[in-house]
Amino acid sequence: MMDTTTMTMPTETTATQPVKMSAKTVKVFYGEKRALHGVNVDIYQNEVLAMIGPSGCGKSTFLRTLNRMNDTIDICRVEGQILLDGEDIYDPRLDVVQLRARVGMVFQKPNPFPKSIYENVIYGPKLHGLATRKDEFDAIVEQSLKRAGLWNEVKDRLHEPGTGLSGGQQQRLCIARAVAVSPEVILMDEPCSALDPIATAHIEELIDELRESFTIAIVTHNMQQAARVSQRTAFFHLGDLVEVGPTEEIFTNPRDERTQGYITGRYG
Amino acid sequence: MSATFTVGLLLLLSAVGFWMGRTRAVTVAGGRIATLHSVPNYYGSFVALWAGLPALVLVLCWMALRGPVIDWLVLDGLTPEQVEIWARVMLPPNDLSALLANIAEETDALTETHRQLLLININNLAAGQAQYVNAAVVGAIQPAADHLNSLRNLANWTLFAAVAALSAGGLAFTWSRINPSLRARNNVERIVTWLLILCSTIAVFTTVGIVLSLLFESIRFFTKVPVTEFLFGLHWSPQTAIRADQVGSSGAFGAIPLFTGTLLIATIAMIVAAPVGLMSAIYLSEYAPKKVRGLVKPVLEILAGVPTVVYGFFAILTVAPFIRDMGAAVGLSISSQSALAAGIVMGVMIVPFVSSLADDVINAVPQSLRDGSLGLGATRSETIKQVVLPAALPGIVGAMLLAVSRAIGETMIVVMAAGLQANLTLNPLESVTTVTVQIKSILVGDQEFDSAKTLSVFALGLVLFLVTLVLNVVALRIVQKYREKYD
Repeated sequence: MMDTTTMTMPTETTATQPVKMSAKTVKVFYGEKRALHGVNVDIYQNEVLAMIGPSGCGKSTFLRTLNRMNDTIDICRVEGQILLDGEDIYDPRLDVVQLRARVGMVFQKPNPFPKSIYENVIYGPKLHGLATRKDEFDAIVEQSLKRAGLWNEVKDRLHEPGTGLSGGQQQRLCIARAVAVSPEVILMDEPCSALDPIATAHIEELIDELRESFTIAIVTHNMQQAARVSQRTAFFHLGDLVEVGPTEEIFTNPRDERTQGYITGRYG
Repeated sequence: MSATFTVGLLLLLSAVGFWMGRTRAVTVAGGRIATLHSVPNYYGSFVALWAGLPALVLVLCWMALRGPVIDWLVLDGLTPEQVEIWARVMLPPNDLSALLANIAEETDALTETHRQLLLININNLAAGQAQYVNAAVVGAIQPAADHLNSLRNLANWTLFAAVAALSAGGLAFTWSRINPSLRARNNVERIVTWLLILCSTIAVFTTVGIVLSLLFESIRFFTKVPVTEFLFGLHWSPQTAIRADQVGSSGAFGAIPLFTGTLLIATIAMIVAAPVGLMSAIYLSEYAPKKVRGLVKPVLEILAGVPTVVYGFFAILTVAPFIRDMGAAVGLSISSQSALAAGIVMGVMIVPFVSSLADDVINAVPQSLRDGSLGLGATRSETIKQVVLPAALPGIVGAMLLAVSRAIGETMIVVMAAGLQANLTLNPLESVTTVTVQIKSILVGDQEFDSAKTLSVFALGLVLFLVTLVLNVVALRIVQKYREKYD
């Protein structure tokens, strides 16, 4: 096994934003098996970073390390450092609950709770005590649903179950639910893979708008989607981060031949 | 020729039929199996089923009819003189005179009881056990015994011949019909379908039979004791007089004390089982590491496999004295057969039942919901309380109802630990009795099946059956509704 290109791509992008999150030689193990071989990448404030790569390349695993969702898997072990605003999120003194309030997550399959739309949105704010009065909650619900582009569709049926919405609406409800906690970073794990093209287009527009206020890392199987929504793209292959750079550059002029092979459809 | 041998022959012919059918199918296909409609084994099964099933049905019918027919033939062969000799020795004087009068009029002389007695004598003699028969009648009924033996012999041989013929006929007939276009698979599958239907019908009819027997005997009971007295009476004392001059045995059949006793014990059991079972299910499915879960779950299931009579020992020898001593220490006098002891032990018995059902339901809540909640910064306990349990609630309620119906129907523990006295009380420190305990204690020993005391058992059983049926139906409906939600 040759331990090749895990070198950091010097980020000579034009980005002037500060670094929001930073991964330093992150290795992930599932039991004996190593899923990530040392990933180095920075995520800048208010950018959308897309992660692409063939199935099983470790992109979802990496995403889940960013808010320690991997903690729920018994046999999973993470080495290396992940910094959020310069603080190591794997520091034992750090509270994982607070971390997840700062780094929210939207999952592959829409997973609204079997509660009303209203309760779905205020679930997080209630837990974290972000509001106490009814009118504060109402404001959060309206604002979050508006941000997720769902307000007009559901404002008259806020108290109907969230599970009764269509797939695309459910996913936007999940985004509203994540936004309601006012996180700093939103992680999206193939958020459109269970949706039809129209709902997908809807969510892609939404991601672009959300970039104004949040930092977003998105895993996707769909290269066109990565090209449409992201400013920078990272290509993963067999547990290595092969290449990361401005999206345009990755798709038009990749440096690594593996990246080229993937984006031209030779494998994947 | 014994029936065992006949059945053996039947199996042998079926096996031969299978082999012959299969070989023949391969032969007619001329080695090209693909030209056959079905795989060769189906042709084998087709022949085997035809060789076996009709003959098997014949054997079963024969076995059902043989006894009564032979008995009738044997008795018919006895002359009135032989019957008279037998009767003079065996019957009490007043029965005898009635019988003699009947014989004189040439009507059907023997009553059912006497007929059975005579047949037993003849059977014993035929089986060569003359020592069980009064020596004075041996001479008179010996011809009947010989007749019986020869009839039996004849019956067995006839059966053997008939089965052999039917089986061989079925074999030959189907064997000759085998050709590549015979739809053997469809035929075999149709027969198998009918077999499956038959088996499930047996279960259904058993249930129906049980319900009907309960119902009819209960109706007999309610002709002796009014329904209202049974359902609303406050006093239970099922002793009825055997002789008219007996004292203190008028009998009272108010079942309220039994129902309250049952409910009291079931309530105590659920107070123990519901929290313990639910919490252990939550621990096992949400918190326990894989290793612990792998160890604890089987142990809990062993607990479910402990025979209830062993729980009974535990209740009566360990828990009840412990509770009594505890009570004594704080100045309470607690009966050593208290509802509390029985209820606690029954609760322990139900714990694995509740925990394993609740565990299933909790595991059925999709992981994506937990991830969603954790991803929003909820702690594990917040996730469980606000997402997992509400989502699993209908299933948990269903599990609880099933547990209640188990507690209500449980017998052995309460028989051993709760007592027999039908107290109308809600005090768990006293001794109470339950429906099941009364059913058991009334039916133990010799009973006459026409007294109100014995018949009351059926009414109690009916009530018990209805209550558990309703609980089960409600519980299953709730569980089902919940299942649909996460499909």
